Amino acid sequence: MRDKRMTVDEVAAELSDGMTIGIGGWGSRRKPMALVRAILRSPLRNLTVVSYGGPDVGLLCAAGKVRRVVYGFVSLDSIPYDPWFKKVREAGQVEVTELDEGMLHCGLRAAGHRLPFLPIRAGLGSDVLRVNPELRTVRSPYDGEELVAMPALQLDAALVHLNRADRHGNAQYLGPDPYFDDLFCLAARRRFVSCERIVDGAGLTAAGPVQSLLLNRMMVDGVVESPGGARFTSCVPDYGRDEGLQRRYVEAAADDEAWQVFLDEWITT
Amino acid sequence: MTRADVCAVACAELFRGDGEILASPMGLLPSLGARLARLTFEPDLLISDGEALLLGADLSTVEGWLPYRKVFDVVAHGTRHVVMGANQLDRHGNQNISCIGDHARPTRQLLGFRGAPGNTVNHRTSYWVPRHSPRTFVPAVDVVSGVGYGRDGGRYHDVYRVVTDLAVLDFGADDHTMRLVSVHPGVDPDDIAAATGFPLDTSGAGTTRTPTEDEVRVLDTLDPKGLRQREVPS
Repeated sequence: MRDKRMTVDEVAAELSDGMTIGIGGWGSRRKPMALVRAILRSPLRNLTVVSYGGPDVGLLCAAGKVRRVVYGFVSLDSIPYDPWFKKVREAGQVEVTELDEGMLHCGLRAAGHRLPFLPIRAGLGSDVLRVNPELRTVRSPYDGEELVAMPALQLDAALVHLNRADRHGNAQYLGPDPYFDDLFCLAARRRFVSCERIVDGAGLTAAGPVQSLLLNRMMVDGVVESPGGARFTSCVPDYGRDEGLQRRYVEAAADDEAWQVFLDEWITT
Repeated sequence: MTRADVCAVACAELFRGDGEILASPMGLLPSLGARLARLTFEPDLLISDGEALLLGADLSTVEGWLPYRKVFDVVAHGTRHVVMGANQLDRHGNQNISCIGDHARPTRQLLGFRGAPGNTVNHRTSYWVPRHSPRTFVPAVDVVSGVGYGRDGGRYHDVYRVVTDLAVLDFGADDHTMRLVSVHPGVDPDDIAAATGFPLDTSGAGTTRTPTEDEVRVLDTLDPKGLRQREVPS
């Protein structure tokens, strides 16, 4: 079986300008922050980012890496709004595809199943359809009900962070929620998982029940061992959210000099 | 009895009669309300810890697993009553949590659509507004996140009630425009009309019921630090 171990910078080097990148986790929970930081250090630009958005979206927007964000929300959970996403939105510096969060789920499933779209009720009657005029509805051939035809969210690459993995790409979550990391991988052409610790196969089944093995190796192209790789977002049970560091992130965003200090201390190291 | 306790009980009353469905309260007062309902008159409600676990009989054990992906299944299945917040709400029950101003270039970016479009076309939805003001109750919302009446929300659309720090409102009139159901004790109905940015039918309004001693005791247990009193000062 293949050894897929890589470094975070090797993952960033696999990406290219203009790609559509899906980022796993949810809000400020289990975000692949070490991989995000590697993108920040890289010359990558013009990315389309698909995310249940948290500071991953904010940081990439702050660095001018993002042309378009595809999201249902961008939030830091304990702090409602991400300061950088707010800033670039209000300055008109980023294009957006803002969806209902269930539509995002639906679009990832469609891509994973190689379908052009999947029907969903969410979006009907709301301004989702007004602000995304490319979205179409479809009529049920059985009873005539009109539904939103959520297009597949095909990703060029997926970046996710889990608790444990083996060197072949089997990966495990040990917290209470898988989020949508498996769907991001199924929707993507290239799939990269960072993890707290690389263990052997027996180590995975010792750490948790088989149901916690969210990703199997045919869903993964590269594995990075990155202890603390989700910080400052949470990666329970290994660690909770670093609320102090998240607050510093928000405060630093308000001031150019403070932001440079924050970047130098945290992002570029 | 405080205003916060009246609001918590009004939030609990939103779930009366709901039975064995998922209560999804957003925010402190709706959460206290849902838990109060579960522990008193609506014992069959399902309540989560706000993340992936469903809480057992005394709300300290775990009775089930409901990660976000399964919440989407419940939304589509319709066995859910959500109580959302609202940055803007109009007289038809349209809600905005997306942004203020033009969506292409907002003056203030908010949360985003989140689950509001899907929630409102799939199952019962109520709203909690901690500051009843013309800033929130507007003639027209800038962006329709949660779908109100008159917009073709489909066969499962059901916007039920709005609880605020001043009153309880609903959409039960023939034309489904917002009307006053009850005024919290000590509040002047004229103040509510003045704090609402559109005409409001106040004709049939009663008084919001006060909490029982037992309910206050349960609220004190659920919120021993009295955080609710800070969210809704008396």
